[in-house]
Amino acid sequence: MADAETMDPAIRLADVHVRYPNAHLQFDCTIRRGEISAIVGVSGSGKSTLFNIIAGFETPDEGQVDIFEKNVDGIEPSGRPVSVIFQDHNLFSHLDVATNIGLGINPALRLGIKERGKIAASLMRVGLEGFGKRLPPTLSGGERQRVALARALVRRKPILLLDEPFAALDPGLRAGMSQLLLDLHQQEENTILIITHHPDDLRRLADSVVFLDGGRIVAHQPTAEFLARRDNPAINAFLGN
Amino acid sequence: MGGLERRLTLAAGALCLVGILLFVVLAALALVTFDQPGATSNVSFDAYIWRVTRFTLLQAVLSTGLSVLVAIPVARALARQARFPGRVWIVRLMALPLGLPALVAALGLIGIWGRQGILNNGLSFLGLEQPVSIYGLSGILLAHVFFNLPLAVRLMLTGLERIPGEYWLVGANLGMRSWSIFRFVEWPVIRGLLPGIASLIFMLCATSFTLILTLGGGPGASTIEVAIYQALRFDFDPPRAIALSLLQIAMTGLLLLALRWLAPPSVDGPTSGRHVRRFDGRRGLGRIGDFSIIGLAAVFTLLPLGSVVVSGLLADLSGLARDPLVQRGLVTSLVIAFCSSVLCVAGTAAMIRARQMALSPRRPGKAARGLAASVSASTSLVLLVPPVVLGSGWFLLLRPFGDVSRFAPLLVIVINVLMALPFVYRVLEPAMKTHWARTARLSASLGLGGWNRWRAIDWPGLRKPILMAMSFAAALSLGDLGAVALFGSQDMVTLPWLLYSRMGSYRSTDAAGLALFLGLVCLILTIFGTAAPSPERGNEDADGGR
Repeated sequence: MADAETMDPAIRLADVHVRYPNAHLQFDCTIRRGEISAIVGVSGSGKSTLFNIIAGFETPDEGQVDIFEKNVDGIEPSGRPVSVIFQDHNLFSHLDVATNIGLGINPALRLGIKERGKIAASLMRVGLEGFGKRLPPTLSGGERQRVALARALVRRKPILLLDEPFAALDPGLRAGMSQLLLDLHQQEENTILIITHHPDDLRRLADSVVFLDGGRIVAHQPTAEFLARRDNPAINAFLGN
Repeated sequence: MGGLERRLTLAAGALCLVGILLFVVLAALALVTFDQPGATSNVSFDAYIWRVTRFTLLQAVLSTGLSVLVAIPVARALARQARFPGRVWIVRLMALPLGLPALVAALGLIGIWGRQGILNNGLSFLGLEQPVSIYGLSGILLAHVFFNLPLAVRLMLTGLERIPGEYWLVGANLGMRSWSIFRFVEWPVIRGLLPGIASLIFMLCATSFTLILTLGGGPGASTIEVAIYQALRFDFDPPRAIALSLLQIAMTGLLLLALRWLAPPSVDGPTSGRHVRRFDGRRGLGRIGDFSIIGLAAVFTLLPLGSVVVSGLLADLSGLARDPLVQRGLVTSLVIAFCSSVLCVAGTAAMIRARQMALSPRRPGKAARGLAASVSASTSLVLLVPPVVLGSGWFLLLRPFGDVSRFAPLLVIVINVLMALPFVYRVLEPAMKTHWARTARLSASLGLGGWNRWRAIDWPGLRKPILMAMSFAAALSLGDLGAVALFGSQDMVTLPWLLYSRMGSYRSTDAAGLALFLGLVCLILTIFGTAAPSPERGNEDADGGR
């Protein structure tokens, strides 16, 4: 990956250590502003821990996390310039779509006409115009993820973290969601980190790849270079080479 | 599974079902058709019956409201503070009153809230002239809250812990504060659970017997169940007992209908399975408030238990242990508890298996569906026709055959089986369903059946729920006073009956010692039944989703 000094960093993890009773994870990397980076690796390699540390859901035992060159250690998840989308349960199932998005604007749901306009506009951007009154259980998996994306849009946070957001979708929907994500990325010019198990997602979406193995980052490079690699058995196994 | 084994299983289940239905229906018929020659009692709904009914409903409404209202902040505080030293013991403490005989709890509550109790002594010391009364409505409410607050807390806590972990992460990411989280995440879950929890507690309070008998303090604070008992045991007025029993059946029937109508819908699907730490209530006032609430709830539950232990230890325990009547009471109680728990678990398991088998074809026939529905309904029959009503019916049925107390042991065992049935069914049914879903096809493909299957597959897989159900049933039977109160005599003495008699004859030191005995036996049974570690939380933080 390019030298850290020459980058415009969005996220920097400096010698971050996380210790579990049976594992020790260590991360050192810099994510460039405006890029889509894919975090990949086998189960248990540390992808979710890396995600949680950036989002503020977990605290490292050692090291420092900077976002836009500001140390965010000790800052609550809601205080970080980050929106998150999970594989499932992004929406409160008993609240309608508009309310779920509204919580992204004001967590106490004090919403005026202007805010309601924003909700409608965000739904239009993800292709769900008129879905505001629907309850999440009445939506398909893909539609629910679009609503989660709409909420991320109204929050206007410059970093979007996605934890296997397409894992529950069939191949057709995956492609559609990937395209939507790319379109929104072009409009918003945000930084996106996406955890995925699928090499196809790398090809479609990612500018760069962070590959984890055994709790360490063993590769961090542009996607094309990563896809061409044959020198690492773990990467070969992941890519099916 | 072979054809013969299938037929035997269905026959065993059907036999148990018919036995239960006959026992209940015969008792009800005896009540409905009873015609006492020369009966002069006016059984119309006189002022007494209305007063008893009004009080039954009033105390049940107030007990339910109080239990549920207080349970909400306690359950929420425990859900928010998911990790602190001793939390597991606090949650276990909330299960303790469920396994505690009502009589023992009543004695513990008197020790704390009674005229000579710790609280009133403290209030008197402060110069307050009107101490809290443990007798009458206030005592009944206190006792019902003591039993049902922990039950409500556990049910709500289970619901709150089933909220998908991602919700807490999304809430934290969106910056939702404590009030927003309660309003948008917790309250919808609690609101969904409330009808079920409130109906269950209302039913338990409306049919409460031992606590009312002990703490009611007179005819002004009597419920229908106690009035039935008094009509039979003291006034020997069967027509009045029948009128009250029919009223009780009508009331519980309406309540059961309401319970079914109010059953909460299932809101969420399964979560990711990861245990996620919550971000609210981690510091400041929220944390202090949570621990204050948890502490108060723990003290409220612990104090009466402590009182039972302390006053029990002050009794002449060795003298009690040598008393032949106590020894006879203990042996009788244990034999009844053993027989009823084994019968209950075996019968329930047979009915559940028959039900599963009846529903297993892709298109079960009418008879199969009928059997399955009857099994489900029969397990709740005792809620519709409570033990005292069953006892009254059988009392009338058996009177022509001479001294009813001759049949007492058998009747008490069967009534105890029926009392435990709803609980045992709820423990065994989901466990057996999952077990058979996992093992049925593999066992069939390996040709495992009968004893071989039971020994190698079923017992290892179902041991824990079976033991838990048995311990529940045994504890319930050990602490039962209702059935024994109707049929108990000089020839049949159980520990609760002995305890009640000693309390009634103001031998309170003996009563305290007996309460300690009884409480300890039930505690041992509860620990025995729930000893195996729960698989609900493994080592997810360390290795799950890393």
